Amino acid sequence: MGDTAAIEAEGLVKHYGKTKALDGLDLTVSQGTVYGLLGPNGAGKTTAVRVLATLLRPDGGHARLLGHDVITEAATVRRTIGLTGQYAALDEYLTGRANLIMIGELSRLTRQAAKRRADELLEQFDLTDAASRAVKTYSGGMRRRLDLAASLIGHPAVLFLDEPTTGLDPNARVLMWDIVRQLVADGTTLLLTTQYLDEADHLASRIAVIDGGKAIAEGTPAELKASVGGQRLLITLAEGSSAPAAAAALRPFATAPVSPNEGDQLLDVPVTAADGLATEVVRALDAAGVKVNDIAVRGASLDDVFLTLTGHAAEESREQEKEEVTA
Amino acid sequence: MTTATLSPADLTSARSPFLQFLGDVWVLTRRSLARIRREPETLSDVTIQPVLFVLMFAYVFGGSIGIPGGGSYHSYLIGGMLGMTLAQTAPGTAVAVVSDMETGLIDRFRSLPMSRAAVLTARTFADLLTQVIGAVVIACVGLAIGWRIHNGFGPAVEAFALALLFGYAFTWAGVCLGMTLRSAETAQQVGFIIFLPLTFISCAFVPIQGMPGWLQPIAEWNPMSSLATACRELFGNPNPAALVQAWPEQHPELAVICWSVGMLLVFAPLATHLYRTKVH
Repeated sequence: MGDTAAIEAEGLVKHYGKTKALDGLDLTVSQGTVYGLLGPNGAGKTTAVRVLATLLRPDGGHARLLGHDVITEAATVRRTIGLTGQYAALDEYLTGRANLIMIGELSRLTRQAAKRRADELLEQFDLTDAASRAVKTYSGGMRRRLDLAASLIGHPAVLFLDEPTTGLDPNARVLMWDIVRQLVADGTTLLLTTQYLDEADHLASRIAVIDGGKAIAEGTPAELKASVGGQRLLITLAEGSSAPAAAAALRPFATAPVSPNEGDQLLDVPVTAADGLATEVVRALDAAGVKVNDIAVRGASLDDVFLTLTGHAAEESREQEKEEVTA
Repeated sequence: MTTATLSPADLTSARSPFLQFLGDVWVLTRRSLARIRREPETLSDVTIQPVLFVLMFAYVFGGSIGIPGGGSYHSYLIGGMLGMTLAQTAPGTAVAVVSDMETGLIDRFRSLPMSRAAVLTARTFADLLTQVIGAVVIACVGLAIGWRIHNGFGPAVEAFALALLFGYAFTWAGVCLGMTLRSAETAQQVGFIIFLPLTFISCAFVPIQGMPGWLQPIAEWNPMSSLATACRELFGNPNPAALVQAWPEQHPELAVICWSVGMLLVFAPLATHLYRTKVH
C-alpha cells in the first residue's frame, strides 16, 4: 500500500451547463502528505474535492483513492475518506457529542466505539465543556472544530478539507492550522483547498495552482516561488527623484522590464538573487543621481506566483464560485 | 495525535447490507426524534394546530354547513381533519430535507460508507411517527366534541391505517419537494400553495354537493375527498359523498389505496434518484 498514491486523478472534466468547472485536472498526492489546491473562487477546487469524495460523478477522466476508483468502487472509497466542507455539516439541534456519535455510527462504528471515539475527539478538539450543548449555540470556530472531528471519527486515511478556515477569525484560523499539523503527524493524507496563499504556504508540502478547472502549476512552495524569478527588490525613492531614471539604472539587475511613471515613489523589481546585490544596487542608483529612502530585498511570495501564473490576484471572482456551488 | 485506534470489533462492516440499512435508518430516525425531544414545539402542526382547526370548524362554521342526508357536522368533520392533518406534515418534511441540504449534512452523509437509501427513509419514518401523534390528537379532540366510532374496532383501525398510508405517501412527496427547492422559506410557501387547494377543494370540510358544478369533478377525484369519505364510511359517520355517483366516492377505500400506492411509486423512486444525483 506504501507505493500507491493516496490520490490520483487524470483528466477530470466536469461541466455545469456551459461552465467548465473542471477542464482536465491531473493530480497526484503521495500518502501521508498535505497537498494544497490553491486557486481563486470559481477555479474548480470545490468541484475537484466533490468528485474525489464521490459526491459528484465527473463527465470525463478518472480518479483513484488509494488505488480504488471513485466511480466504480465508490463504496470502498467512502470507507477511507473524511470530508470537511466549507460549511459545518452538522445537525444544529443535536449536541456536539450526539452529532459525533451519529456520524460515527453511520461510519460503520458500533455504538460503543462511536461513543468512545466521540469522547476522545471532543477532548482533543477542546470541546468537552460544550459537548452536551446543542450545536446551534456554538461559535464559528467551535463548529469548524466539531465538523473536523466528525470527519475524523472513522480514522480516515485520506481527509479532504475544503477551505477549512474561510470565514474564521485569525485566532480560530491559527488554532485550525495547529490541528491540521497534528493530523499530518498522525500520518493522515490531507487534501486542502484554500484561496489563502499563506495558508497553502504554511501547511502544504506540495501545491497545485488551479485556475479555470485545471492545474496551471505544481510543486513545493519553494519551487513555485523560484519559478517566478527568485527575489524582488522594493525601493522607495526620495522626494524629487525620477522613477524612470531609477528604472534605467536598475535595468542590468532586473529579470523583467520595469517601466514606472514619472512621480512614482515605489519600485518593485524582479531580480535574480546574488551576493552583495543591495550594495551594487545602491551604488548604481547613486551613480545615476537617484536618492533612495528605503531598499528591501525579499523572496517571491505565493502571491507573486499567483499573479504571474493567472494574471489576476488570488481573491477575485467570488460570485463565480457561489454559482458553481449552487449550480 | 490519536493514540486510540479502531479494532475490527469496533466496526459493523461485517453486517449484511440489509442490517446496515436498518441500523442507519434507526440512527437517523433517532436523530429526528431527539430534535423533537429538544424542541417539542416542532410538533405544533400535529398537536396545537389540528386542535384549533377542529374547534374552529366545529363551532364557527359547523352551524352553517348542512350535511346532505343529515347527521352532525362534528361527526362529519373528523374524517376530513384526519386527512388534512396528516397530509399537511409534508411541507414540514420538505423543510427538514431542504435544511439538511443547505447545511451540507446530506453531503456529509453521501460521503460516508452508509446506506444511501437510509437518509430519506429515516426522514419519512420520523414523520410517520409524528403523523401517528397527529391521528391520536384528532381522535381525542373528536371524542371531546362528540365524534364517535359506530362500526366497531376493526373498521376504525382500518380507517387509521388508511389515513397513515395516505399521510406516508404525502411524506415522500414532501421529500421530493425538499430535494427540488433551494430554501426552507420556499418549501414552506410552495407547500402552502399546493396544500390549501388540495384540502379545501374536497369534501374534507364541506359536502361536494354544495360546490358549483364545474368544481365538483375536481373535488370528487381529489385524493383528500377519498380519504375523508373512506374514514367516514369506516367510522360510521355522516357521509354525504355516498350519494355522489363518482367512482372514488363509491369505492373510497380502494381509491385511497390507489392514490397512496401511486404516489409512493412515483415519489419514492424520484426522491431516491434526486438524492443520488442532486448537487446543491
